[in-house]
Amino acid sequence: MTDAAFTNTPARTQGKAVTVALRWLLYVLLIAFALFYLAPLFVMVTTSLKSLEEIRTGDLIALPREVTFDAWATAWSGACTGIQCEGVRPYFWNSVLIAVPAVLISTLIGAINGYVVAQWQFRGANVFFALLLFGCFIPFQVVLLPMARMLGLMGIAGTIPGLIFVHVVYGLGFTTLFFRNYYVSIPSELVKAAKVDGAGFFRIFWSIFLPLSLPIIVVTVIWQFTQIWNDFLFGVSFSQAGTQPVTVALNNIVNSTTGVKEYNVDMAAAIIAALPTLIVYVIAGKYFIRGLTAGSVKG
Amino acid sequence: MAPILDIKGLYKNYGSTEILKDINVAIEPGDFLVLVGPSGCGKSTLLNCIAGLEPITGGSLSIGGQDMSNVSPKDRDIAMVFQSYALYPTMTVAKNITFGMKVRGVDQAEQDAKLERVAEQLQIKPLLNRRPSQLSGGQRQRVAMGRALVRDPKLFLFDEPLSNLDAKLRVEMRTEIKALHQNLGATMVYVTHDQIEAMTLATKIVVMKGGVIQQIGTPSEIYNRPANMFVADFMGSPAMNLIPAKATANGNGSVIEITGADGTPITLKDTGTSGLPNDVIIGVRPEDIAEAGQRSGESLQQAECRIDIVEPAGADTFVVTHLGGKAVTARLHAETTAKAGQPQMLSFDLSKVSYFVPATGERLN
Amino acid sequence: MQFLERNLPKIMLAPSFLAVLIFVYGFIAWTGWVSLTRSRLLPRYDIEGFIQYERLFDSPRWDTAFGNLFLFGALFIGISMILGLVLAIFLDQNIRAEGAIRTIYLYPMALSMIVTGTAWKWILNPGLGLEAMVRRWGFEDFRFDWLVNSDMAIYTIVLAAIWQSSGFVMALFLAGLRSVDGEIIKAAQIDGIPTWRIYSAIIIPSMAPIFLSAFIVLAHLAIKSFDLVIALTGGGPGFATDLPATYMFSMAFSRGDIGQAASSAMVMMGVVFAIVVPYLYSELRAKND
Repeated sequence: MTDAAFTNTPARTQGKAVTVALRWLLYVLLIAFALFYLAPLFVMVTTSLKSLEEIRTGDLIALPREVTFDAWATAWSGACTGIQCEGVRPYFWNSVLIAVPAVLISTLIGAINGYVVAQWQFRGANVFFALLLFGCFIPFQVVLLPMARMLGLMGIAGTIPGLIFVHVVYGLGFTTLFFRNYYVSIPSELVKAAKVDGAGFFRIFWSIFLPLSLPIIVVTVIWQFTQIWNDFLFGVSFSQAGTQPVTVALNNIVNSTTGVKEYNVDMAAAIIAALPTLIVYVIAGKYFIRGLTAGSVKG
Repeated sequence: MAPILDIKGLYKNYGSTEILKDINVAIEPGDFLVLVGPSGCGKSTLLNCIAGLEPITGGSLSIGGQDMSNVSPKDRDIAMVFQSYALYPTMTVAKNITFGMKVRGVDQAEQDAKLERVAEQLQIKPLLNRRPSQLSGGQRQRVAMGRALVRDPKLFLFDEPLSNLDAKLRVEMRTEIKALHQNLGATMVYVTHDQIEAMTLATKIVVMKGGVIQQIGTPSEIYNRPANMFVADFMGSPAMNLIPAKATANGNGSVIEITGADGTPITLKDTGTSGLPNDVIIGVRPEDIAEAGQRSGESLQQAECRIDIVEPAGADTFVVTHLGGKAVTARLHAETTAKAGQPQMLSFDLSKVSYFVPATGERLN
Repeated sequence: MQFLERNLPKIMLAPSFLAVLIFVYGFIAWTGWVSLTRSRLLPRYDIEGFIQYERLFDSPRWDTAFGNLFLFGALFIGISMILGLVLAIFLDQNIRAEGAIRTIYLYPMALSMIVTGTAWKWILNPGLGLEAMVRRWGFEDFRFDWLVNSDMAIYTIVLAAIWQSSGFVMALFLAGLRSVDGEIIKAAQIDGIPTWRIYSAIIIPSMAPIFLSAFIVLAHLAIKSFDLVIALTGGGPGFATDLPATYMFSMAFSRGDIGQAASSAMVMMGVVFAIVVPYLYSELRAKND
């Protein structure tokens, strides 16, 4: 759109060369920034494929002379997270066990909440929504101490169900927000028509709203999955030795002080921890961005 | 016959704002009731109250002789067509039409038969397997009608169903709805802000403003004897001319004096109306002002008026003059010789005028 | 039955409502209460006034952490916004392969901050990372030891945080640029207004709400930043890169000083409150109009 302003203006024949030069500069800058964003990933991957020997003697950004997957094998099943040396594998599965139910439950509840707030307006619904919205913004540090005690009282401290519970509770704000903003754009006459047709609360949700919701379900699931998978604060606060998520395990591996520092193993472990969300991003980037912007633009 | 819809003293508040005040309406089976008024007058809220989609605050509402004030929409035996059509976007046309029956557990054979009948009636058979997004506006409108028709309810409710259609289609659908009403003998309540729709469709019109009923009557009563200046102004296009005037008694009738365009007074004799106060507003429909000599009769009174604007409109030509400080429109023949800036003898049909109290707007005669 | 039917929406909302009331507001109240007591290893409930806050603001470690929050926050938010805006405008020039470039700019946002921290920790470590590499290229005197330099370490966190979030700001701004009414831009072009003026005088001012959103999101990220510090510097060297979030955590879980943890959490809460409440208020009010 802005190109037109450059090129369509007559009496600027000599400006043409400037325009071309500017465009070249633009591309150079864009590529330079692309390299800046890609460099850490590149370094991570190459480092993870090098032997420790090569890391010590070679360049940070050099390609591996000899590709070896030893570091990956160690990271997956042999690296030490403190006293235990089982790699990230058990923690990776912990993260799966935490993320999958937490994502599903919080999405389902968010869908129903959003449906109520958007389409079944009653006095107090907006107050609820405002309270919930503010809950999205609190620094979680402020709930860490009481939550630790609460989990203890409920008998799920340090367990995977405990972490699922925490993620569901503090994920509700965003999931409700997503669905509410999606459903609010659906004309309220649809609910009225269905009521006249004799359908009730659940029937309308199930037969009319849910079939419409695929895009927002995808957005919400991706958002929640990314949040929960990448979580560290709740993981480190509310887990114990056997129930830690992969982010906590990764941090323990990287910061464990025993033995020789195996940078290639650190990098391989980091990539393993990042892989699920990266894959989601590559496959469904469009929805990922939509979630990010929806979550922030329309607070 | 017992009224099929009977609303008595109905009030509707949102918090402390009164949306509807003391609504009393009753209609007989077969009636076509149109609720008309400017936006925000409460007509749609009233329709939603009839449907049970909005709870009422006070008064009573019965359908078919049964009190429905606290009955949920599904048990009121009504069907409704919405402004946006409110078709279920993920269902096919056939599913849209049968959804209500499915929810109610009507057996499949009956569903099919009714769907068949309605599809036939509305000529939407080829569309049955399409989704709403694949339909044109007119087709969606038909499907929405089909969804209502298939229910065979005591009462059909229409909420501005034609306002999303283009002008040509709107006229076509209007005719179809009228035909449907006549063929089915159904009872309908219809909300619109379009006074032409109201006039053409209704057997009974309710004109509303600010949550209060202004007048209830047949289209001709509303048009010819508007109860107040609001109704006079709202119904009819171009609107009724409302001209400030002085009235004096004259035998059994009155003499009306109006200030003309150049300040010279015009006097008109009304032999049929007496007892007018000194200050009145006289309401004259544009078609009751004609070129002098075109019509004859005792009630016709002539006056010379300066024509300011001439607007040919095909079948008629509208001319604008100024009387009593107001622009006054007259509907003249297409072949009129009136010219802008020239004086023209116009005749006013005093047998058809309305008089209003300037302060309250209430009708006098 | 009637009752159930009419109140079903409220009933469905009730558990979430309760959860929010207890787990957000109740917990904030609990933390607020405890921050006014002499709690140490175990919480105590008799209110003693503001002693914990006095202790907090007397503590040099908190001093560093609180100061770091504003230093880090200002740099992180400022640079991310500028970089995001510039990249968005660049990408708005009918760029070939825009989709691919956008994907590259944004992917760090999909990563855990622990991963980001791990990667940058490796790149920035002076022994084998960037510094060593440049030295090997022949610049023997090259020094880039920010990670282990207590005066500079906080800037490595700024760097990594910007790397992670600026692509997201770019995406926000790009969406904003694209949502500006095309007819206004056409009108300006016909008036012969140069491109840079169209941006500076028309498009950017009309994106004010997006600047606000971006600011809110970034501020919020800055205040919550915890993972990145833990992974990149662990708060070190010494306590040089502590943030309120890490201070709170270490008080709560390694020092066993619940009173300090609670009071520092409440201060964080206060900062968020000061930023977010006016924003939410205006958002909700705009929505109700």
